[in-house]
Amino acid sequence: MKWMGVVCCCLMILVLTAFPLRAQQSPSSTAPPASTATPEVPQAIAEKLNQLEQKATAAQSSADNAWMLVSAALVLLMTGPGLALFYGGLVRQKNVLAIMMQSFALMALITVLWALVGYSLCFSGSGPVIGNFEHAFLRGVGALPNPDYAGTIPQTTYMIYQLMFAIITPALITGATAERMKFSGTVLFMTLWFLVVYAPMAHMVWGKGGFLNASQGGRFPTLDFAGGTVVHITSGVSALVCALYLGKRTGYPKQPMPPHSLVLSIIGACLLWVGWFGFNAGSALASNSLASSAFVATHFGAAAAAMGWSLAEWIKNGRASALGAISGAVAGLVAITPAAGFVGPMPALAIGFIAGVFCYWMVTRFKAMFGYDDALDAFGVHGAGGTIGALLTGVFAQAAFNPIFGQGKAVGGLDGRWGQVGNQLVGVLIAWCIALVGTIVPLKLVDLLTGLRVHEEHEIAGLDISLHGEEGYNLES
Amino acid sequence: MMKIEAIIQPSRFDSVKEALLEIGIEGMTVTEVRGHGRQKGHTEVYRGREYTVDLLPKIKLEMVLADALVNRAVEAILKSAKTGKIGDGKIFLSRIEEAIRIRNEERGEGAL
Repeated sequence: MKWMGVVCCCLMILVLTAFPLRAQQSPSSTAPPASTATPEVPQAIAEKLNQLEQKATAAQSSADNAWMLVSAALVLLMTGPGLALFYGGLVRQKNVLAIMMQSFALMALITVLWALVGYSLCFSGSGPVIGNFEHAFLRGVGALPNPDYAGTIPQTTYMIYQLMFAIITPALITGATAERMKFSGTVLFMTLWFLVVYAPMAHMVWGKGGFLNASQGGRFPTLDFAGGTVVHITSGVSALVCALYLGKRTGYPKQPMPPHSLVLSIIGACLLWVGWFGFNAGSALASNSLASSAFVATHFGAAAAAMGWSLAEWIKNGRASALGAISGAVAGLVAITPAAGFVGPMPALAIGFIAGVFCYWMVTRFKAMFGYDDALDAFGVHGAGGTIGALLTGVFAQAAFNPIFGQGKAVGGLDGRWGQVGNQLVGVLIAWCIALVGTIVPLKLVDLLTGLRVHEEHEIAGLDISLHGEEGYNLES
Repeated sequence: MMKIEAIIQPSRFDSVKEALLEIGIEGMTVTEVRGHGRQKGHTEVYRGREYTVDLLPKIKLEMVLADALVNRAVEAILKSAKTGKIGDGKIFLSRIEEAIRIRNEERGEGAL
Protein backbone atom coordinates (compact mmCIF):
# COMPACT_ATOMS: atom_id res chain seq x y z
CA MET A 1 0.00 0.00 0.00
CA LYS A 2 2.75 2.37 1.07
CA TRP A 3 4.95 2.03 -1.96
CA MET A 4 1.94 2.02 -4.27
CA GLY A 5 1.46 5.58 -3.18
CA VAL A 6 5.08 6.33 -4.01
CA VAL A 7 4.70 4.76 -7.46
CA CYS A 8 1.57 6.83 -8.07
CA CYS A 9 3.45 9.99 -7.16
CA CYS A 10 6.27 9.21 -9.57
CA LEU A 11 3.82 8.49 -12.37
CA MET A 12 2.00 11.72 -11.66
CA ILE A 13 5.20 13.73 -11.84
CA LEU A 14 6.13 12.07 -15.13
CA VAL A 15 2.71 12.76 -16.62
CA LEU A 16 2.64 16.35 -15.45
CA THR A 17 6.04 17.14 -16.85
CA ALA A 18 5.05 15.73 -20.24
CA PHE A 19 2.34 18.33 -20.63
CA PRO A 20 4.46 21.47 -20.63
CA LEU A 21 6.08 20.35 -23.86
CA ARG A 22 2.81 21.29 -25.51
CA ALA A 23 2.46 24.70 -23.88
CA GLN A 24 0.66 27.18 -26.06
CA GLN A 25 0.64 30.19 -23.80
CA SER A 26 1.18 33.53 -25.51
CA PRO A 27 4.30 35.43 -24.41
CA SER A 28 4.23 38.33 -21.96
CA SER A 29 2.83 41.62 -23.16
CA THR A 30 5.16 43.60 -25.34
CA ALA A 31 5.48 47.36 -25.62
CA PRO A 32 2.84 49.11 -27.70
CA PRO A 33 3.87 49.48 -31.35
CA ALA A 34 5.58 52.71 -32.36
CA SER A 35 3.61 55.23 -34.33
CA THR A 36 3.62 54.27 -37.99
CA ALA A 37 2.22 57.35 -39.65
CA THR A 38 3.72 57.70 -43.15
CA PRO A 39 4.33 61.10 -44.79
CA GLU A 40 1.23 60.58 -46.99
CA VAL A 41 -1.17 60.38 -43.98
CA PRO A 42 -2.63 63.80 -43.14
CA GLN A 43 -1.25 65.60 -40.11
CA ALA A 44 -4.60 65.46 -38.28
CA ILE A 45 -4.75 61.70 -38.42
CA ALA A 46 -1.15 61.37 -37.29
CA GLU A 47 -1.92 63.58 -34.32
CA LYS A 48 -5.02 61.59 -33.51
CA LEU A 49 -3.07 58.36 -33.65
CA ASN A 50 -0.50 59.82 -31.30
CA GLN A 51 -3.18 60.87 -28.86
CA LEU A 52 -4.81 57.47 -28.94
CA GLU A 53 -1.46 55.84 -28.36
CA GLN A 54 -0.83 58.03 -25.34
CA LYS A 55 -4.25 57.21 -23.98
CA ALA A 56 -3.70 53.51 -24.45
CA THR A 57 -0.37 53.75 -22.68
CA ALA A 58 -1.91 55.79 -19.89
CA ALA A 59 -4.69 53.25 -19.53
CA GLN A 60 -2.19 50.42 -19.28
CA SER A 61 -0.18 52.40 -16.73
CA SER A 62 -3.31 53.01 -14.76
CA ALA A 63 -4.14 49.30 -14.75
CA ASP A 64 -0.57 48.41 -13.85
CA ASN A 65 -0.48 50.87 -10.99
CA ALA A 66 -3.77 49.71 -9.58
CA TRP A 67 -2.66 46.10 -9.64
CA MET A 68 0.74 46.91 -8.16
CA LEU A 69 -0.69 48.91 -5.27
CA VAL A 70 -3.05 46.05 -4.50
CA SER A 71 -0.16 43.61 -4.75
CA ALA A 72 1.88 45.68 -2.33
CA ALA A 73 -0.99 45.57 0.12
CA LEU A 74 -1.32 41.80 -0.35
CA VAL A 75 2.35 41.24 0.35
CA LEU A 76 2.17 43.30 3.52
CA LEU A 77 -0.84 41.24 4.51
CA MET A 78 1.40 38.18 4.25
CA THR A 79 3.49 39.50 7.12
CA GLY A 80 0.76 41.08 9.10
CA PRO A 81 -1.27 39.15 9.99
CA GLY A 82 -0.46 36.18 7.73
CA LEU A 83 2.94 35.17 9.05
CA ALA A 84 2.20 36.55 12.49
CA LEU A 85 -0.79 34.24 12.82
CA PHE A 86 0.91 31.28 11.18
CA TYR A 87 3.87 31.46 13.53
CA GLY A 88 1.76 32.65 16.44
CA GLY A 89 -0.36 29.54 16.42
CA LEU A 90 2.66 27.27 16.24
CA VAL A 91 4.35 28.48 19.43
CA ARG A 92 3.27 27.80 22.98
CA GLN A 93 0.69 30.12 24.44
CA LYS A 94 3.19 31.87 26.69
CA ASN A 95 5.18 33.01 23.66
CA VAL A 96 2.45 34.00 21.22
CA LEU A 97 2.84 37.76 21.60
CA ALA A 98 6.59 37.65 21.33
CA ILE A 99 6.58 35.96 17.93
CA MET A 100 3.79 38.14 16.59
CA MET A 101 5.51 41.22 17.91
CA GLN A 102 8.64 40.33 15.96
CA SER A 103 6.72 40.34 12.67
CA PHE A 104 4.87 43.49 13.57
CA ALA A 105 7.98 45.30 14.72
CA LEU A 106 9.71 44.45 11.46
CA MET A 107 6.82 46.02 9.59
CA ALA A 108 7.81 49.24 11.28
CA LEU A 109 11.58 48.84 11.48
CA ILE A 110 12.25 47.71 7.92
CA THR A 111 9.95 50.41 6.57
CA VAL A 112 12.03 53.12 8.18
CA LEU A 113 15.31 51.55 7.09
CA TRP A 114 13.93 51.19 3.58
CA ALA A 115 12.86 54.78 3.41
CA LEU A 116 16.22 56.03 4.63
CA VAL A 117 18.69 53.83 2.74
CA GLY A 118 17.18 50.45 1.96
CA TYR A 119 15.50 51.20 -1.33
CA SER A 120 18.57 52.97 -2.55
CA LEU A 121 20.95 50.16 -1.64
CA CYS A 122 18.79 47.69 -3.51
CA PHE A 123 17.67 49.61 -6.55
CA SER A 124 19.97 52.44 -7.47
CA GLY A 125 23.17 52.58 -9.45
CA SER A 126 24.39 49.69 -11.55
CA GLY A 127 26.98 47.95 -9.41
CA PRO A 128 27.26 44.18 -9.59
CA VAL A 129 26.71 43.60 -5.88
CA ILE A 130 25.05 46.58 -4.24
CA GLY A 131 23.39 49.86 -5.15
CA ASN A 132 24.47 53.33 -4.09
CA PHE A 133 22.95 56.23 -2.16
CA GLU A 134 21.40 57.98 -5.14
CA HIS A 135 17.91 57.38 -3.81
CA ALA A 136 18.71 57.69 -0.11
CA PHE A 137 15.82 59.34 1.75
CA LEU A 138 13.84 58.41 -1.36
CA ARG A 139 15.34 61.30 -3.29
CA GLY A 140 14.17 61.20 -6.86
CA VAL A 141 11.51 58.61 -6.13
CA GLY A 142 8.18 60.02 -7.21
CA ALA A 143 5.44 59.81 -9.75
CA LEU A 144 7.75 59.25 -12.68
CA PRO A 145 8.48 55.62 -13.51
CA ASN A 146 11.98 54.29 -13.21
CA PRO A 147 12.54 52.87 -16.68
CA ASP A 148 15.15 50.40 -15.41
CA TYR A 149 12.63 48.54 -13.32
CA ALA A 150 8.97 49.13 -13.99
CA GLY A 151 8.44 51.54 -16.82
CA THR A 152 4.67 51.90 -16.53
CA ILE A 153 4.17 52.63 -12.85
CA PRO A 154 5.31 55.50 -10.63
CA GLN A 155 8.61 54.70 -8.97
CA THR A 156 6.85 55.29 -5.67
CA THR A 157 4.68 52.28 -6.37
CA TYR A 158 7.68 50.13 -7.28
CA MET A 159 9.44 51.28 -4.13
CA ILE A 160 6.54 50.49 -1.82
CA TYR A 161 5.99 47.13 -3.48
CA GLN A 162 9.58 46.09 -3.00
CA LEU A 163 9.47 47.30 0.60
CA MET A 164 6.90 44.64 1.48
CA PHE A 165 9.33 41.96 0.33
CA ALA A 166 12.04 43.46 2.47
CA ILE A 167 9.69 43.30 5.45
CA ILE A 168 8.66 39.68 5.19
CA THR A 169 12.12 38.29 4.54
CA PRO A 170 13.60 38.93 8.00
CA ALA A 171 10.25 38.07 9.55
CA LEU A 172 10.62 34.54 8.22
CA ILE A 173 13.83 34.07 10.19
CA THR A 174 12.03 34.62 13.48
CA GLY A 175 10.54 31.17 13.03
CA ALA A 176 13.86 29.52 13.74
CA THR A 177 14.68 31.53 16.84
CA ALA A 178 11.17 31.37 18.27
CA GLU A 179 10.61 31.07 22.01
CA ARG A 180 14.15 31.98 23.05
CA MET A 181 15.36 35.12 21.27
CA LYS A 182 15.57 38.53 22.90
CA PHE A 183 13.51 41.27 21.33
CA SER A 184 16.36 43.78 21.57
CA GLY A 185 18.64 41.26 19.89
CA THR A 186 16.05 40.72 17.18
CA VAL A 187 15.78 44.41 16.38
CA LEU A 188 19.52 44.93 16.17
CA PHE A 189 20.24 41.71 14.33
CA MET A 190 17.54 42.24 11.73
CA THR A 191 18.80 45.76 11.03
CA LEU A 192 22.27 44.42 10.32
CA TRP A 193 20.99 41.41 8.41
CA PHE A 194 18.84 43.57 6.19
CA LEU A 195 21.82 45.71 5.23
CA VAL A 196 24.34 42.91 4.85
CA VAL A 197 22.30 40.08 3.34
CA TYR A 198 19.00 41.29 1.92
CA ALA A 199 20.14 44.45 0.19
CA PRO A 200 23.06 42.86 -1.67
CA MET A 201 21.04 39.79 -2.63
CA ALA A 202 18.10 41.88 -3.83
CA HIS A 203 20.43 44.06 -5.84
CA MET A 204 22.32 41.16 -7.36
CA VAL A 205 19.17 39.41 -8.53
CA TRP A 206 16.85 42.30 -9.31
CA GLY A 207 19.02 45.42 -9.38
CA LYS A 208 20.43 46.98 -12.53
CA GLY A 209 23.90 45.63 -13.11
CA GLY A 210 23.33 42.90 -10.60
CA PHE A 211 25.65 39.93 -10.94
CA LEU A 212 22.76 37.44 -11.03
CA ASN A 213 20.19 39.57 -12.78
CA ALA A 214 18.52 37.51 -15.50
CA SER A 215 16.56 40.27 -17.17
CA GLN A 216 19.32 42.87 -17.25
CA GLY A 217 22.33 40.93 -18.47
CA GLY A 218 23.86 39.66 -15.24
CA ARG A 219 26.97 37.50 -15.45
CA PHE A 220 25.19 34.41 -14.06
CA PRO A 221 21.56 35.08 -14.92
CA THR A 222 19.55 33.40 -12.21
CA LEU A 223 15.86 33.06 -12.87
CA ASP A 224 14.15 34.26 -9.74
CA PHE A 225 10.81 35.73 -10.55
CA ALA A 226 9.59 36.78 -7.15
CA GLY A 227 12.35 36.03 -4.69
CA GLY A 228 13.00 32.34 -4.19
CA THR A 229 16.68 33.10 -3.67
CA VAL A 230 16.42 36.68 -2.43
CA VAL A 231 13.72 36.00 0.13
CA HIS A 232 13.42 32.33 0.90
CA ILE A 233 16.91 30.89 0.58
CA THR A 234 18.51 33.81 2.39
CA SER A 235 16.00 33.78 5.23
CA GLY A 236 15.86 30.01 5.39
CA VAL A 237 19.60 29.49 5.54
CA SER A 238 19.98 32.35 8.00
CA ALA A 239 17.31 30.69 10.05
CA LEU A 240 19.39 27.53 10.23
CA VAL A 241 22.49 29.47 11.28
CA CYS A 242 20.52 31.31 13.95
CA ALA A 243 18.96 28.12 15.25
CA LEU A 244 22.37 26.49 15.53
CA TYR A 245 23.96 29.54 17.15
CA LEU A 246 21.18 30.11 19.67
CA GLY A 247 20.92 26.46 20.54
CA LYS A 248 17.91 24.38 21.35
CA ARG A 249 15.01 25.55 23.42
CA THR A 250 15.12 24.48 27.06
CA GLY A 251 13.54 21.07 27.24
CA TYR A 252 13.81 20.35 23.50
CA PRO A 253 13.32 17.69 22.24
CA LYS A 254 12.06 15.72 25.25
CA GLN A 255 9.46 18.17 26.52
CA PRO A 256 6.31 18.35 24.42
CA MET A 257 5.87 21.74 22.77
CA PRO A 258 2.86 21.36 20.52
CA PRO A 259 1.34 24.37 18.74
CA HIS A 260 -1.00 26.20 21.08
CA SER A 261 -3.49 27.11 18.35
CA LEU A 262 -3.49 25.48 14.96
CA VAL A 263 -6.64 27.49 14.31
CA LEU A 264 -4.52 30.65 14.20
CA SER A 265 -1.95 28.89 12.05
CA ILE A 266 -4.54 27.78 9.52
CA ILE A 267 -5.92 31.30 9.26
CA GLY A 268 -2.37 32.59 8.84
CA ALA A 269 -1.56 30.03 6.18
CA CYS A 270 -4.65 30.98 4.19
CA LEU A 271 -3.72 34.64 4.39
CA LEU A 272 -0.23 33.73 3.21
CA TRP A 273 -1.68 31.80 0.26
CA VAL A 274 -3.89 34.67 -0.84
CA GLY A 275 -1.25 37.28 -0.13
CA TRP A 276 1.23 35.32 -2.21
CA PHE A 277 -0.70 36.30 -5.31
CA GLY A 278 0.59 39.78 -4.68
CA PHE A 279 4.06 38.39 -4.04
CA ASN A 280 4.29 36.32 -7.23
CA ALA A 281 1.78 37.67 -9.70
CA GLY A 282 2.66 41.21 -8.63
CA SER A 283 6.25 40.49 -9.58
CA ALA A 284 5.13 40.79 -13.18
CA LEU A 285 5.14 44.50 -12.29
CA ALA A 286 2.22 45.01 -14.64
CA SER A 287 -1.37 44.00 -15.13
CA ASN A 288 -0.83 41.65 -18.01
CA SER A 289 -0.89 38.04 -19.09
CA LEU A 290 2.37 37.34 -17.30
CA ALA A 291 0.69 38.33 -14.05
CA SER A 292 -2.13 35.94 -14.88
CA SER A 293 0.31 33.18 -15.65
CA ALA A 294 2.23 33.75 -12.42
CA PHE A 295 -1.01 33.91 -10.45
CA VAL A 296 -2.08 30.52 -11.78
CA ALA A 297 1.33 28.95 -11.25
CA THR A 298 1.37 30.22 -7.67
CA HIS A 299 -2.03 28.80 -6.88
CA PHE A 300 -1.32 25.46 -8.51
CA GLY A 301 2.01 25.18 -6.74
CA ALA A 302 0.37 25.69 -3.37
CA ALA A 303 -2.38 23.19 -4.08
CA ALA A 304 -0.14 20.42 -5.36
CA ALA A 305 2.29 20.89 -2.50
CA ALA A 306 -0.44 20.65 0.12
CA MET A 307 -1.48 17.40 -1.47
CA GLY A 308 2.09 16.18 -1.72
CA TRP A 309 2.82 16.82 1.95
CA SER A 310 -0.51 15.32 3.00
CA LEU A 311 0.06 12.26 0.85
CA ALA A 312 3.54 11.77 2.30
CA GLU A 313 2.07 12.09 5.79
CA TRP A 314 -0.75 9.72 5.02
CA ILE A 315 1.72 7.14 3.83
CA LYS A 316 3.99 7.64 6.82
CA ASN A 317 1.48 8.15 9.66
CA GLY A 318 -1.70 6.70 8.32
CA ARG A 319 -3.49 10.04 8.33
CA ALA A 320 -3.22 13.60 7.03
CA SER A 321 -2.94 16.41 9.55
CA ALA A 322 -4.05 20.01 9.38
CA LEU A 323 -0.57 21.21 10.23
CA GLY A 324 0.83 19.06 7.46
CA ALA A 325 -1.57 20.36 4.86
CA ILE A 326 -0.90 24.01 5.64
CA SER A 327 2.84 23.44 5.89
CA GLY A 328 2.71 21.75 2.53
CA ALA A 329 0.86 24.65 0.97
CA VAL A 330 3.41 27.12 2.30
CA ALA A 331 6.28 24.94 1.06
CA GLY A 332 4.72 24.88 -2.40
CA LEU A 333 4.29 28.63 -2.39
CA VAL A 334 7.93 29.02 -1.46
CA ALA A 335 9.10 26.68 -4.19
CA ILE A 336 6.97 28.26 -6.89
CA THR A 337 8.18 31.74 -5.96
CA PRO A 338 11.25 31.75 -8.20
CA ALA A 339 9.39 29.89 -10.93
CA ALA A 340 6.01 31.61 -10.99
CA GLY A 341 6.55 33.86 -13.99
CA PHE A 342 8.55 31.36 -15.99
CA VAL A 343 6.62 28.12 -15.90
CA GLY A 344 3.31 26.79 -17.09
CA PRO A 345 0.48 25.42 -15.00
CA MET A 346 1.41 21.75 -15.31
CA PRO A 347 5.03 22.26 -14.27
CA ALA A 348 3.67 24.41 -11.43
CA LEU A 349 1.76 21.39 -10.19
CA ALA A 350 4.89 19.28 -10.49
CA ILE A 351 7.08 21.82 -8.69
CA GLY A 352 4.52 22.14 -5.93
CA PHE A 353 4.14 18.41 -5.47
CA ILE A 354 7.87 17.80 -5.37
CA ALA A 355 8.35 20.63 -2.88
CA GLY A 356 5.57 19.32 -0.67
CA VAL A 357 7.16 15.90 -0.41
CA PHE A 358 10.74 17.22 -0.16
CA CYS A 359 9.98 19.74 2.57
CA TYR A 360 8.01 17.13 4.49
CA TRP A 361 11.13 15.00 4.47
CA MET A 362 13.33 17.95 5.44
CA VAL A 363 11.14 18.86 8.39
CA THR A 364 10.64 15.36 9.71
CA ARG A 365 13.58 13.13 8.77
CA PHE A 366 16.38 15.60 8.05
CA LYS A 367 15.74 17.69 11.14
CA ALA A 368 15.50 14.57 13.29
CA MET A 369 18.77 13.26 11.86
CA PHE A 370 20.75 16.36 12.79
CA GLY A 371 18.76 17.39 15.82
CA TYR A 372 18.83 21.18 15.39
CA ASP A 373 15.96 23.16 16.85
CA ASP A 374 14.55 25.09 13.91
CA ALA A 375 11.50 25.78 16.03
CA LEU A 376 8.98 26.66 13.35
CA ASP A 377 10.82 25.07 10.41
CA ALA A 378 11.93 28.25 8.72
CA PHE A 379 14.86 26.40 7.18
CA GLY A 380 12.93 23.24 6.43
CA VAL A 381 10.23 25.10 4.53
CA HIS A 382 11.81 28.30 3.26
CA GLY A 383 15.45 27.36 2.93
CA ALA A 384 14.78 23.93 1.49
CA GLY A 385 11.70 24.95 -0.48
CA GLY A 386 13.47 27.94 -1.95
CA THR A 387 16.47 25.84 -2.93
CA ILE A 388 14.47 23.11 -4.64
CA GLY A 389 12.21 25.69 -6.27
CA ALA A 390 15.12 27.67 -7.65
CA LEU A 391 16.70 24.55 -9.14
CA LEU A 392 13.43 23.30 -10.60
CA THR A 393 12.90 26.73 -12.14
CA GLY A 394 15.91 26.03 -14.32
CA VAL A 395 14.28 22.77 -15.38
CA PHE A 396 10.78 23.95 -16.13
CA ALA A 397 11.19 27.55 -17.35
CA GLN A 398 9.97 28.16 -20.87
CA ALA A 399 10.21 31.13 -23.23
CA ALA A 400 6.56 30.55 -24.14
CA PHE A 401 5.60 31.93 -20.73
CA ASN A 402 8.31 34.55 -20.39
CA PRO A 403 10.91 35.20 -23.09
CA ILE A 404 13.24 36.76 -20.58
CA PHE A 405 16.41 36.28 -22.63
CA GLY A 406 14.82 37.76 -25.73
CA GLN A 407 12.16 36.71 -28.18
CA GLY A 408 12.66 33.22 -29.47
CA LYS A 409 15.55 32.48 -27.09
CA ALA A 410 15.40 29.34 -24.97
CA VAL A 411 15.05 29.89 -21.25
CA GLY A 412 15.13 26.65 -19.29
CA GLY A 413 15.40 22.92 -19.54
CA LEU A 414 12.07 22.35 -21.23
CA ASP A 415 13.26 24.68 -23.98
CA GLY A 416 16.37 22.59 -24.27
CA ARG A 417 18.57 25.05 -22.38
CA TRP A 418 19.63 22.72 -19.60
CA GLY A 419 22.62 24.90 -18.75
CA GLN A 420 20.18 27.18 -16.99
CA VAL A 421 20.00 24.67 -14.16
CA GLY A 422 23.71 25.29 -13.70
CA ASN A 423 23.08 29.03 -13.53
CA GLN A 424 20.36 28.42 -11.00
CA LEU A 425 22.82 26.43 -8.95
CA VAL A 426 25.26 29.34 -9.00
CA GLY A 427 22.55 31.69 -7.79
CA VAL A 428 21.51 29.23 -5.12
CA LEU A 429 25.07 28.77 -3.89
CA ILE A 430 25.69 32.50 -3.77
CA ALA A 431 22.47 32.98 -1.80
CA TRP A 432 23.57 30.27 0.61
CA CYS A 433 27.03 31.79 1.04
CA ILE A 434 25.82 35.32 1.59
CA ALA A 435 23.24 34.07 4.06
CA LEU A 436 25.79 31.97 5.94
CA VAL A 437 28.44 34.65 6.24
CA GLY A 438 26.03 37.54 6.50
CA THR A 439 24.28 35.90 9.41
CA ILE A 440 27.11 34.58 11.53
CA VAL A 441 28.92 37.93 11.76
CA PRO A 442 25.89 40.00 12.84
CA LEU A 443 24.91 37.22 15.25
CA LYS A 444 28.26 37.37 16.97
CA LEU A 445 28.21 41.16 17.05
CA VAL A 446 24.72 41.43 18.45
CA ASP A 447 25.48 38.73 20.99
CA LEU A 448 28.28 40.92 22.28
CA LEU A 449 26.19 44.08 22.28
CA THR A 450 22.78 43.10 23.60
CA GLY A 451 22.86 39.33 23.88
CA LEU A 452 20.71 37.09 21.77
CA ARG A 453 19.22 34.43 23.97
CA VAL A 454 16.93 35.13 26.90
CA HIS A 455 17.74 33.89 30.38
CA GLU A 456 16.51 30.42 31.12
CA GLU A 457 13.99 31.62 33.74
CA HIS A 458 12.51 34.00 31.21
CA GLU A 459 12.31 31.25 28.65
CA ILE A 460 10.47 29.01 31.08
CA ALA A 461 8.16 31.76 32.34
CA GLY A 462 7.39 32.74 28.78
CA LEU A 463 8.61 35.54 26.55
CA ASP A 464 5.32 37.44 26.53
CA ILE A 465 5.47 38.18 30.21
CA SER A 466 9.27 38.40 30.39
CA LEU A 467 10.03 40.54 27.35
CA HIS A 468 6.83 42.47 26.87
CA GLY A 469 5.06 42.41 30.24
CA GLU A 470 1.89 41.18 28.62
CA GLU A 471 -0.13 38.03 28.25
CA GLY A 472 -1.64 37.00 24.97
CA TYR A 473 -4.88 35.74 26.44
CA ASN A 474 -6.48 37.00 29.64
CA LEU A 475 -9.46 34.74 29.25
CA GLU A 476 -10.37 34.56 32.92
CA SER A 477 -10.98 38.28 33.25
CA MET B 1 -22.31 16.96 56.31
CA MET B 2 -20.22 15.19 53.73
CA LYS B 3 -18.43 16.44 50.68
CA ILE B 4 -18.64 14.33 47.54
CA GLU B 5 -15.85 14.88 45.07
CA ALA B 6 -16.41 12.95 41.86
CA ILE B 7 -14.04 12.87 38.91
CA ILE B 8 -15.88 11.58 35.87
CA GLN B 9 -15.66 11.27 32.11
CA PRO B 10 -16.76 14.50 30.40
CA SER B 11 -19.13 12.50 28.20
CA ARG B 12 -21.04 11.27 31.27
CA PHE B 13 -21.51 14.69 32.82
CA ASP B 14 -24.96 15.39 31.45
CA SER B 15 -26.39 12.06 32.68
CA VAL B 16 -24.83 12.52 36.11
CA LYS B 17 -26.29 16.00 36.43
CA GLU B 18 -29.74 14.71 35.47
CA ALA B 19 -29.51 11.74 37.82
CA LEU B 20 -28.64 14.05 40.70
CA LEU B 21 -31.45 16.41 39.82
CA GLU B 22 -33.88 13.47 39.95
CA ILE B 23 -33.02 12.83 43.59
CA GLY B 24 -33.31 16.49 44.48
CA ILE B 25 -29.69 17.59 44.43
CA GLU B 26 -29.31 20.91 42.67
CA GLY B 27 -26.22 22.53 44.13
CA MET B 28 -22.77 21.57 42.85
CA THR B 29 -19.48 23.04 41.68
CA VAL B 30 -18.14 21.79 38.38
CA THR B 31 -14.56 22.15 37.19
CA GLU B 32 -12.84 21.01 34.01
CA VAL B 33 -9.70 19.18 35.04
CA ARG B 34 -7.00 17.03 33.50
CA GLY B 35 -5.60 13.88 34.92
CA HIS B 36 -5.31 10.15 34.70
CA GLY B 37 -5.23 7.04 36.81
CA ARG B 38 -4.36 3.94 34.87
CA GLN B 39 -5.89 5.13 31.60
CA LYS B 40 -3.41 5.53 28.79
CA GLY B 41 -3.40 8.78 26.84
CA HIS B 42 -3.07 9.25 23.12
CA THR B 43 -0.32 10.31 20.74
CA GLU B 44 -0.37 13.53 18.76
CA VAL B 45 1.97 14.13 15.84
CA TYR B 46 3.09 17.63 14.79
CA ARG B 47 5.40 17.81 11.79
CA GLY B 48 6.83 14.42 12.50
CA ARG B 49 7.29 14.99 16.24
CA GLU B 50 5.29 12.68 18.46
CA TYR B 51 3.86 13.78 21.77
CA THR B 52 2.16 11.48 24.24
CA VAL B 53 -0.72 13.31 25.82
CA ASP B 54 -1.33 11.53 29.11
CA LEU B 55 -3.24 14.21 30.94
CA LEU B 56 -6.79 13.55 29.85
CA PRO B 57 -9.72 15.92 30.23
CA LYS B 58 -12.14 15.01 33.04
CA ILE B 59 -14.95 16.75 34.89
CA LYS B 60 -14.73 17.20 38.66
CA LEU B 61 -17.99 17.58 40.56
CA GLU B 62 -18.01 18.83 44.11
CA MET B 63 -21.03 18.98 46.35
CA VAL B 64 -21.64 19.17 50.10
CA LEU B 65 -24.69 17.25 51.25
CA ALA B 66 -26.60 16.44 54.37
CA ASP B 67 -25.66 12.98 55.67
CA ALA B 68 -29.04 11.59 54.76
CA LEU B 69 -28.58 12.31 51.07
CA VAL B 70 -25.04 11.06 50.66
CA ASN B 71 -25.72 7.41 49.94
CA ARG B 72 -28.42 8.15 47.35
CA ALA B 73 -26.17 10.70 45.67
CA VAL B 74 -23.25 8.27 45.46
CA GLU B 75 -25.58 5.61 44.00
CA ALA B 76 -26.87 8.05 41.41
CA ILE B 77 -23.37 9.10 40.37
CA LEU B 78 -22.13 5.53 40.18
CA LYS B 79 -25.07 4.46 38.00
CA SER B 80 -24.88 7.37 35.58
CA ALA B 81 -21.11 7.87 35.34
CA LYS B 82 -20.13 4.24 34.77
CA THR B 83 -19.15 3.06 31.31
CA GLY B 84 -17.31 -0.03 32.52
CA LYS B 85 -14.01 1.02 30.93
CA ILE B 86 -10.78 2.22 32.51
CA GLY B 87 -10.97 6.01 32.89
CA ASP B 88 -14.44 6.16 34.41
CA GLY B 89 -13.07 8.05 37.38
CA LYS B 90 -13.41 8.03 41.17
CA ILE B 91 -15.60 9.32 43.97
CA PHE B 92 -14.11 10.66 47.21
CA LEU B 93 -16.02 11.37 50.38
CA SER B 94 -14.85 13.64 53.16
CA ARG B 95 -16.46 15.03 56.27
CA ILE B 96 -17.26 18.74 56.30
CA GLU B 97 -16.94 20.72 59.57
CA GLU B 98 -19.22 23.64 58.81
CA ALA B 99 -21.27 25.16 56.00
CA ILE B 100 -22.35 28.84 55.91
CA ARG B 101 -24.72 30.55 53.48
CA ILE B 102 -23.25 33.92 52.64
CA ARG B 103 -26.53 35.67 51.92
CA ASN B 104 -28.13 35.24 55.37
CA GLU B 105 -25.26 33.68 57.36
CA GLU B 106 -27.29 30.54 58.03
CA ARG B 107 -25.18 27.68 59.36
CA GLY B 108 -25.26 23.92 59.43
CA GLU B 109 -27.29 21.56 57.28
CA GLY B 110 -29.84 24.32 56.68
CA ALA B 111 -27.21 26.19 54.73
CA LEU B 112 -26.89 23.37 52.19
